[in-house]
Formats: sequence, structure tokens, C-alpha cells
Amino acid sequence: MNKPEAASSGLSRRKFLTAGAATAAGVTVAPGISLLSVAHAKPVGQAVSDEQRWGMLIDTNKCAKGCSACVDACNTENGLNTGDEQQSRPEQKAQWIRKVDLRDKLTGHEVSLPLMCQHCENPPCVDVCPTGASFKREDGVVLVDKHICIGCRYCMMACPYKARSFIHEELTHQVENVPRGKGTVESCTLCVHRIDEDTNNQRDPACAEACNTEGHKAMVFGDLKDSNSTVSKELKKHSSKAIREDLGLNPGIRYRGI
Amino acid sequence: MKYLRMMLVLLTVVLLSSTTAMAEVPSPTIPKGNADQCVKPTQEMRVNHMEYILHQRDDTMHKGIRTEQFSFKKCINCHTVKDDAGKVVTIKDERHFCNSCHTYVAVKIDCFECHASTPTGKASGNAHSSIDSLSKMSAVGSNNNE
Repeated sequence: MNKPEAASSGLSRRKFLTAGAATAAGVTVAPGISLLSVAHAKPVGQAVSDEQRWGMLIDTNKCAKGCSACVDACNTENGLNTGDEQQSRPEQKAQWIRKVDLRDKLTGHEVSLPLMCQHCENPPCVDVCPTGASFKREDGVVLVDKHICIGCRYCMMACPYKARSFIHEELTHQVENVPRGKGTVESCTLCVHRIDEDTNNQRDPACAEACNTEGHKAMVFGDLKDSNSTVSKELKKHSSKAIREDLGLNPGIRYRGI
Repeated sequence: MKYLRMMLVLLTVVLLSSTTAMAEVPSPTIPKGNADQCVKPTQEMRVNHMEYILHQRDDTMHKGIRTEQFSFKKCINCHTVKDDAGKVVTIKDERHFCNSCHTYVAVKIDCFECHASTPTGKASGNAHSSIDSLSKMSAVGSNNNE
């Protein structure tokens, strides 16, 4: 039987050269000037690599209390809580991102922040998974391979951020980019279907995009390993924290103002 | 009169049995895709489509390779079947492209427990309307089940 040819060979030599040239041109527009978005270029046929690490900086000072634009955008983008899922108990419903309000008991200072999968460098969910379904991509995105997930929910217990959900209902009419089904665990994917697109079509995750549209601009998404990316520059400029830094998980999501 | 009726019944039985005996082995009617040609020759796809899909599945999931040639999304977008009302049928309908053969060969597939079986946006279902209405709902939903 014929072996399926590697997907990468679908990329013609000509296309590959063109893509390569575009990348090079983008980086060397002029001395000292580089096009940030082009620097991320990854042709769709190329595997993700550890030359990138996707992450986010969330400025809690800009995050508005009571605003749930990011949560709504996430639900719409990923088709969460539709159909039979609406019958699930509130505590069973899929929650890839949620708003958390914190209040300092001493000073009364209140902070509102979005909390989702923190895309740890050392993810506990991956450690405990008995089948290898919970895994970290080369570029730092932590995902669940639902083809392998047996729904044991160890990862849900291991996650210190309570970031994962379990699908309790039989689903129909899923969003084509986000396959989901009963009996598997799921969590924020950093909208991989958006960031895997080639440069021209690459978009920020739905939550960050919605936050920008709303005018809060509290969520900056980008490549943590690229020193020219907006997120890296912001991280360098301001002090930021990871939630539960004591656990040594080195999350890709960092916060300002907590 | 009784004799005549018996004759009629006998005749019907004989006719029926002869037609079924004469008919060929039933074969599945496989609907045509929307494009002129599939990503590989039809015969090749009939034999090996599961290999291509499986290979692409792991590449996409673990390596983020989202090329279109063997993309599952692409299969679904091209191999649509419409019902009498002109709506694209879902996997629950026996006329769905995958069902047309898989029912015949009695091979159960579970792809569509997670994947959309119709192109999003063109589906006959209410995927979009329900998502839209949901986003307007409050985060803490009521429990309609009880």
C-alpha cells in the first residue's frame, strides 16, 4: 500500500522559496527596522518549533471589572456551551476562560482579571496524563489530543489554575476549527487554529482580539522568544508576575498589577 | 373464488422472488463531491482515505501543520449532500457522504462525535444562531434540565 506522502511535500519548491524570501525580506527591511508580524512567519506546511513560545501579558490595571468581552469571544470562537451543553449544571459547563475578581482584604483594592490555561513550561496536566493526550507543543501551547483522551480527568485535578473542563453532553454542530466531543477534557488552546495560519492570515487569539476591540487593550499576545515582539518588549519594560510562581511551572501567561 | 385468490397470491410470490433473484448485489450509491476531482484519484481515496486522514490528524494536532490537501475540513466542505429542501445533511442522515459507504460496509466511524459533519455556516442546523444567542446570555446559565 502506498504510504501517504509527507504533508510538507505538498509545498512546492517554488512556494517554499517564495515563502523563505518573504521571511528574509521582512526581517531585513532596513537596518534596525524589522516587521514584527513577518518575523513570526511559518508557512502552513511547516511544523511548529521551539524557536517560538507563544504567551500573553495581561495588564490587570486595564482589565475592566464586569467586562466579559474575552469570555464571550472565546465561547463564540470555540462554540462552547451550545446545544445540549446548555442543560449542563453551571459548574459543569465548559469554561476555557473566566473572569476572576480579587479583593485585597487589607486595603480593599480590587482587581479583575481573565484566567485561562496558563500554558506552563512544565505543565502538571501533561505529567499526570496516562495516555499522552495532554501534551505541550514545541511552541509552548498546551493542548489535549482528544483522539487519545480517555476522559479520566486526572489533568483537571492536577491543574492548579482549574483551567480545564470536561464535556458532559453529546454535541452536534461543533465549530469546524474546534472539534469537541463528549467524554473528553478540553481547555484554552490559545486559538491554535488562528496562530497556525500563515503570516497574512495569522490572528491574535479571540480573547485578546475582543479585548482590543473593546478598547481595553489589556491582553498582549505574542512570541516570548522574539525580543522584538510587542509582548517581549512590554515584559522587559514592566514588572509582571505569574500566578502561583512558587510552583515553578513558568506559565506563558503573565500578569501586571497583581 | 377461493381458488382464484390462492392463484393470485402464488403468482405474486413467484414474481417477487424472481425479481430479487435477478437483481444484482446491491451497491452503495456514493454521491459526487463538489469539485471536479478529489485530492487523489478516486480509487486511491476509496482504499486509503483513512490513512491520509490519520496522518494529517497527527500532523495538525501535534505539529500545527494545517495544509489543505488532506485536511478533514476540506473533505467536509467538498463532499456535501443536500436533502430535498436543499439543506446540507448531517452525519445523522443516511445520505451523508461518509454514511453512504460506511453504512453499507458496516464500519462505524466516530469522527463526528467531535468534528463537524457539515461545513460551518452552511449547516442546516442552528449552530450559529445558538452560539450567537449564547454569547448574549449571562455567564451563569440556568439549569433547564431539572
